[in-house]
Amino acid sequence: MYNASDLKKGLKIEIDGAPWIITEFEFCKPGKGTALYRCKMKNMITGAGMEKTYRPTDKIDKPDLEEREMIYGYYDGHHYVFSDPNTYEEFPVSEETLGDSRYFLIEEATCNFVLFNGEPIEITLPTFIEKEITETEPGARGDTATNVMKPAKIDNGFEIQVPLFINQGDVIRIDTRTGTYAERVSKA
Amino acid sequence: MKEKRLLLAHRSEFFRAVRNFFYDAGFIEVETPVKIHAPAPEEYIESVRSEGDFLRTSPELAMKVLLSEGCERIFQIGSCFRANEMGRKHLEEFTMLEFYAAGWNYRELAEFTAAMLESASGNDPLFADFEFVTVDEAYRRYAGVSAFDADRDDTFDELMVTKVEPELGRDKLTFLTDYPASRASLARLSAANPAVAERWELYRNGLELGNAFGELTDPAEQRKRFAAANAFRAAHGMHPYPEPTAFYRALDRGLPQSSGCAIGMDRLLMLLCGAEDIRQVRA
Repeated sequence: MYNASDLKKGLKIEIDGAPWIITEFEFCKPGKGTALYRCKMKNMITGAGMEKTYRPTDKIDKPDLEEREMIYGYYDGHHYVFSDPNTYEEFPVSEETLGDSRYFLIEEATCNFVLFNGEPIEITLPTFIEKEITETEPGARGDTATNVMKPAKIDNGFEIQVPLFINQGDVIRIDTRTGTYAERVSKA
Repeated sequence: MKEKRLLLAHRSEFFRAVRNFFYDAGFIEVETPVKIHAPAPEEYIESVRSEGDFLRTSPELAMKVLLSEGCERIFQIGSCFRANEMGRKHLEEFTMLEFYAAGWNYRELAEFTAAMLESASGNDPLFADFEFVTVDEAYRRYAGVSAFDADRDDTFDELMVTKVEPELGRDKLTFLTDYPASRASLARLSAANPAVAERWELYRNGLELGNAFGELTDPAEQRKRFAAANAFRAAHGMHPYPEPTAFYRALDRGLPQSSGCAIGMDRLLMLLCGAEDIRQVRA
């Protein structure tokens, strides 16, 4: 349990079974009144925002959160299966939890997991990954402009915007934080 | 924001102007002890201990003793200490301006305070105008409930912080007046309406600047309130404070009808310098 006086920006707390992170914090004490701890917070699973004010006597639950490195293994048809490199314990993760990140998974990639009560709630991939372009209109030869884009597909069918000079078979680097093209790694 | 050297020069200039205003208005400057035996028992104010004594949370009781001894216009600027108060607008050690005038009511004291701020700030537009708003009006307007209901439902402080305070003093100084009697602290109750106390708090841009009372002079009523505050403290795991015997003797001797005000000098400078954090305006 935390005491109200432990509250500060960045602290992670548990409310009604959900993990929240405090994004703004202010100590208040209205004239002659009780001390109050005003918090703005974000739900670490849904991203929803909330404001809450605590009194000095309030106790606040501490969430069971753990950060661990995991290696991506394979897709079993329903889940993306990761494993702990030390214990080989497997963690199947749903499509929903991964979102668009699932398109950027590469076997053996080391990912950072935040686990809440043992369940992954946040998965951070390596910032850059490399993928081959499997489908795009032929490149305009000599056009090296990087600000004019066209659609292209990577091996798993995910569509990404790439510069005109990219051809089918090129390998590109993708920024997994934004899901966007970063640079060309090699030509077909 | 200016650099520290310039901020401190601004602070010094402001202090000089405040002192001059008080001198010109016939006040004398006093210094009462910082290390004291008995702070005023208040529900939510914690003292810093000092070798069996306490550091003052305010110079109030000592200055009222001076009032009872015939000092009719007094002011003091000095450090006060409140344990566990730390934040953007709070420090455990801060600088208080406290002043008392015998014969003035709390409205007259408010008008004087507004004039002092306008003058000492060099006619800063922040302090060009002022208004009176009762606590109940403010709660009805900004929180949609009566202040008396909020007080009874124990939501008074939460609503003050989340709904009311941010709206106070938006265009001019706001004197928030007439607190529910349960929050009278050391103020006397209004003769016209005993449901409220002759107390105001001063706000500008949502920032609380000071607190004032039409002073309670009734010795029996004052003893009763301190006893209740000490009982509240004991019931909530806080140590009760020793009896303020010198102050009680002053009340028994007779305190003149008077009003008094405490203003946070650091808060004023936050406003005047546009500082977000109180530490920025202190050495």
